[in-house]
Amino acid sequence: MGYERQPDFGTPATGSPDTVTLRIDGRDVTVPAGVSVMRAAALAGSAIPRLCATDNLSAFGSCRLCLVEVEGMKGTPASCTTPVAEGMVVRTRTQRLEKLRRGVMELYISDHPLDCLTCSANGDCELQDQAAAVGLRDVRYGHAGENHLGLSVDRSNPYFAFDPAKCVVCSRCVRACDEVQGTFALTIAGRGFASTVSAGQAGDDFLGSECVSCGACVQACPTAALQEKTVEDIGKPERAVVTTCAYCGVGCTFRAEMRGQQLVRMVPWKDGKANRGHSCVKGRFAWGYANHRDRITSPMIREAVDRPWREVSWDEALSFAAGRLKAIKARYGARALGGITSSRCTNEETFLVQKLVRAGFGTNNVDTCARVCHSPTGYGLKTTFGASAGTQDFDSVMQADVIIVMGANPTDAHPVFASRMKRRLRQGARLIVIDPRRIDLVRSPHIEAAHHLALQPGTNVAVLTAMAHVVVTEGLTDEDFIRERCEWDAYQDWAGFVSDARHSPEALAAVTRVPAETVRAAARLYATGGNSAIYYGLGVTEHSQGSSTVMAIANLAMATGNIGRAGVGVNPLRGQNNVQGSCDMGSFPHELSGYRHISDASVRALFEQDWGVALDPEPGLRIPNMLDAAIDGSFRAIYIQGEDILQSDPDTAHVAAGLAAMDCVIVHDLFLNETAAYAHVFLPGSTFLEKDGTFTNAERRIQLVRKVMEPANGPDGQGLADWQVTQALANAMGLGWNYTHPCEIMDEIARLTPAFAGVSHARLEEAGSLQWPVNDACPAGLPIMHAEGFVRGPDGKGKGRFVVTDYVPTDEKTGPRYPLLLTTGRILSQYNVGTQTRRTANVVWHDEDLLEIHPSDAENRGIRTGDRVRLASRKGETTLRAEITDRVAPGVVYTTFHHPGTQANVVTTEFSDWATNCPEYKVTAVQVTLSNGPTQWQEDYAGRAAGARRIAAAEPGE
Amino acid sequence: MSRAQRLAGIIAAHNGREGPLLPILHAVQAAFGCIDREAEAEIARALNLSRAEVHGVVSFYHDFRQSADPRPEVQLCRAEACQARGAEALVPAAEAAAGERVRLTVVHCLGLCSVGPNARVGDDLFARLDEVGLVRLIGAA
Repeated sequence: MGYERQPDFGTPATGSPDTVTLRIDGRDVTVPAGVSVMRAAALAGSAIPRLCATDNLSAFGSCRLCLVEVEGMKGTPASCTTPVAEGMVVRTRTQRLEKLRRGVMELYISDHPLDCLTCSANGDCELQDQAAAVGLRDVRYGHAGENHLGLSVDRSNPYFAFDPAKCVVCSRCVRACDEVQGTFALTIAGRGFASTVSAGQAGDDFLGSECVSCGACVQACPTAALQEKTVEDIGKPERAVVTTCAYCGVGCTFRAEMRGQQLVRMVPWKDGKANRGHSCVKGRFAWGYANHRDRITSPMIREAVDRPWREVSWDEALSFAAGRLKAIKARYGARALGGITSSRCTNEETFLVQKLVRAGFGTNNVDTCARVCHSPTGYGLKTTFGASAGTQDFDSVMQADVIIVMGANPTDAHPVFASRMKRRLRQGARLIVIDPRRIDLVRSPHIEAAHHLALQPGTNVAVLTAMAHVVVTEGLTDEDFIRERCEWDAYQDWAGFVSDARHSPEALAAVTRVPAETVRAAARLYATGGNSAIYYGLGVTEHSQGSSTVMAIANLAMATGNIGRAGVGVNPLRGQNNVQGSCDMGSFPHELSGYRHISDASVRALFEQDWGVALDPEPGLRIPNMLDAAIDGSFRAIYIQGEDILQSDPDTAHVAAGLAAMDCVIVHDLFLNETAAYAHVFLPGSTFLEKDGTFTNAERRIQLVRKVMEPANGPDGQGLADWQVTQALANAMGLGWNYTHPCEIMDEIARLTPAFAGVSHARLEEAGSLQWPVNDACPAGLPIMHAEGFVRGPDGKGKGRFVVTDYVPTDEKTGPRYPLLLTTGRILSQYNVGTQTRRTANVVWHDEDLLEIHPSDAENRGIRTGDRVRLASRKGETTLRAEITDRVAPGVVYTTFHHPGTQANVVTTEFSDWATNCPEYKVTAVQVTLSNGPTQWQEDYAGRAAGARRIAAAEPGE
Repeated sequence: MSRAQRLAGIIAAHNGREGPLLPILHAVQAAFGCIDREAEAEIARALNLSRAEVHGVVSFYHDFRQSADPRPEVQLCRAEACQARGAEALVPAAEAAAGERVRLTVVHCLGLCSVGPNARVGDDLFARLDEVGLVRLIGAA
């Protein structure tokens, strides 16, 4: 595609199935009922001049350029605010209108700098286009009068600038911030000629305001008043490629706007079904890491981890790695090898890594980072519903009447979906937040939760069981739904269990610390409020009872009939862009693609025949077990693609010991991450901009990732995308793979995986995106699952199953030495362990991890905001700065884990989910005391990491 | 009572009624002589609005001040009807009388079009002003 703007129809679609026929400029036009005259004209291919209208914002009617004449109506109504009517006769181009428009435009231009030739929006400016469209030739008023020229430019935001001289006060930015993003950070200050766009209050700039830098205002601006700094620096893009964001599980579609091989900007694509034209600060702006000077672009090897790295050719690195792998396999057997697939890489790449491990290494020791995030989701939803995935598409939230957000912080971790949710909440949906911390959704401009259940960390199951108790004992269940779709016996067992008086909110309040009345009110609202949907995150899964919590959620949804239609459902908010996909692709040690158990001989036979090898029927090791086995000496080599387990996995010291015990650690990544300190081989990775493939987001939506530039990890044209590197490693081990494009890998996935049978890159190209399953039963994919019934069992026709979830307190308990509970989370501007976002200007918002502590806990420790404090658990200790806030309850402290200097996981424990080993990140008993400097671990670590990153200087040429 | 307590009291007195923002802004202005940055932020927090929204409203109305001005104020109507009845001719003398001591502000219509020129001091309206009357009014403000 070249660089043309996406079509803009001026005002939003109505989605009405009814149509209306009207006459515009002598042509009969049939359009959906309720649309504006402006949109009708645009649909018919003619463009009414406009400045303040754009089709992702409701009509405003302020610019007075879009005036039209309508027979039978007085004056010249604005076409953006005038709805169509049957038989309406509209004229958009009369002499009177042309004169009016020219007069209006003349006034705009009399207060606008005439520097078009040197303006960064030259050639991409709606004001320029509209001046041309109305035929403006001169400005009778001159430019000497009162004006806004020469006002100072606000450059405080790292990614965009605001130049008030170029502003036409159309309010598009203000409305985008309100309607699309829902932050309300902008306003028009003053009145009349003195009106100006203001971020926050007088004295604020963009950075100091409530702005979250989502970019919606910049996208909405018709001039260069709000402009990306990259466009100022580089110039207008010349082509655009539609691709999928590689940050979180929302899976936003973007136009990567390019100049040659240089990315100029990322602009959200209006036709993206996950994001509907919206973005957040990460996907929109934080892509500078792709060219950061820390990025490693040459393969490197070293004999031992205390030696400096040596830059070598691809061939040398691959044969070194293959040689070590083969030697270890020969000496210790296949089960001494293993691999970790990446939720940041494509489905195709993930599939290849697990294929390399299973077919090449000859073991099932493959796991993925979902182990540490949503593995309980997979287990819990498979057990209850029969499918390891969320039930809805994101659009579904717009039909929800009651929304439960549990253990998730969507405005920070899934911001684009949060904006949709907030839009629905502003329309009147009710919100229940179940979270130990007062997240922004509990109360922020125009949003207020009906109930906030600020539970004690680790008591999720107790709270949900108490809610179920209320639903069952107060007769709020949907018995017809349960009888028709669920196993009745299992339901009765469960109903009997939850009805027991010891599961009443009153009885459980002692452990959950949530007032019984609040639990009762929330349960009644969920059961009786109309369409009720549950959205949850890692605050549900990362517990010793993570799987139980997921099943308790599923029980609640089935008991109230909130499954199988739009507006309801059980929806895990996936952390990583492709964590759904990496699970789908068979990344778990016990499952082949499509969640089929490795012990199933018929499934195995399918793969064995296709791959021409025999597969081990025994499930392999999970990540923590691989590390344990490494310390025991039975596990010796690992290939890690795109994951930093040293920083992201719990109990850092244990991870480090496991890695240090291995003979061959191969890290395949963009940067020398923390794990690479223990690596012998470093294979430089490629970014999502440098490869083709697919990502699958939290709504099971498979979307194409398109290569927009050549991989930087080799001379032009010789760089390798990650799938090519894995293939090269496989071939160095003698496997003889010859994929020439990721679409061939997808064909293999489709061939071997029933849920993906209908997926191919060609189909995705045509459909834009597909939500699995895509097969003969659902050729166009499935936006909402379980509409007809649940899909349990081998035949996929089994009924929904209620599972008794007994609350078992975690072994991690507070006591005199560790009296506080630590829970962890994320912040908007940083992503996961920060490997990418720390290498962008996003650090202006968050350059260190802070410890949130309640004023009463702080006071009796003598801690003030900004003090450096020591955070210690029985596992380890670290130091960081404190922030005093009542967002956390007394007895609870909270921090983020974005910065390696803090290493929050030094203090987290080895406890994990009983079913899936998902670590219990969210509950650690800790003590907090004043400190005056970094801990020994932090000091040692900084030195060790610097040492491990040494790269030997190239030898001088002869 | 501290400033914060007085502000909280004003907000509490109006919060809960429909459209509480303007009554709160009037009461805050009356109590403190202005609606400053901190008051805007506190009102925003209480009403669950953004700081920008409250600032947008405060800055829209001429009657709301963002910083206090202890000088007495005389509002002189200079809308069409008062102009027709000779208000413009009074301006130089009024400005001279006001000097720096009195804040002479322009308003557009006090609703007494048939008896202009008109002015307002506090809640009192003055009609049929001539130069002498207006200068005396300003002098007494």
